[in-house]
Amino acid sequence: MNDRLTLGGRTFGSRLIIGTGKYDSPRTMAAALEASGSEIITVAVRRVDLDASKEESLLHWLDPDRVLILPNTAGCYTAEEAIRVARLGRAAGLSDFVKLEVIGDEKTLYPDVLELLIATETLAGEGFTVLPYTSDDPVIAKRLEDSGAAAVMPLASPIGSGLGLVDPLGIRFIMEAVSVPVIVDAGVGTASDAAATMELGVDGILMNTAIAKAGDPVRMAEAMRLAVQAGRMAFEAGRMEKRAYASPSSPVAGRVGG
Amino acid sequence: MRAQSAEADGGLEIRANGETRSVLPGTSVAGFLARHDLDPDLVVVERNGRILRREEFDRTALEPGDELEIVHFVGGG
Repeated sequence: MNDRLTLGGRTFGSRLIIGTGKYDSPRTMAAALEASGSEIITVAVRRVDLDASKEESLLHWLDPDRVLILPNTAGCYTAEEAIRVARLGRAAGLSDFVKLEVIGDEKTLYPDVLELLIATETLAGEGFTVLPYTSDDPVIAKRLEDSGAAAVMPLASPIGSGLGLVDPLGIRFIMEAVSVPVIVDAGVGTASDAAATMELGVDGILMNTAIAKAGDPVRMAEAMRLAVQAGRMAFEAGRMEKRAYASPSSPVAGRVGG
Repeated sequence: MRAQSAEADGGLEIRANGETRSVLPGTSVAGFLARHDLDPDLVVVERNGRILRREEFDRTALEPGDELEIVHFVGGG
């Protein structure tokens, strides 16, 4: 099976990318990461609390030699803000990768694709490997590719909603429209959502809440690892054709008493 | 008022992460981080809109009115 995902000239041994938000503890997060088999993990860039007593850094729980730490620009509402946060994330010195998010609406957390295009072009020009979170619109996906995006990351459904793949057609159109990898980002709720999404032939899935807010996050992380592999394997195998009526699995000829 | 009190105790005022702070004259970025128990390898510092390289922390003295953004990685999706 082809478990490899190539992004920005780097090859990863898993098609699953996971987030580090919303976990009850960093210990659970680290165990879930291990169980997921993921080699790319997203983090957010935030102000340190100058008045807090010494906090344990998230980086103590992540080994940059084993996983790519992918800073995001979550919470940014303009290209300018997102560019600034992307530069701060890169200055940590871990990589040139950025998960680019420019939010346009607080309620749905849908992307502002006009700002996203501006930020993608600027950051790609500065040598970033830009992975933009976008809508499931093939026209915008193509524009992002033309602006220098290293992949496009359409949503399956709203961030944190767990609604699963709402518009498979939009994802299919995006796969036809672009030649860069397509990674479905946001909305996956459980393992069957992940498998069904991978069966479309997308290159990978990024998820956070589905694992972090599962009853047992570590077990769900393993379920997601298997679901992503199973979905990919089914895509590569090629599913049977659907038909309206039954077709017996056992031979019709040679029935006993016939 | 805060500016006066900073002057009174010999400090100078800067803004760090959106809040006014008083520091002693001659305090470097490295010194400011150490005073707040921050590991310089785990933070990124932007001063007046420009990101500092880590090797600049020691030799960059804070000046009145400096705007610092000090960030790190936290959990996120």
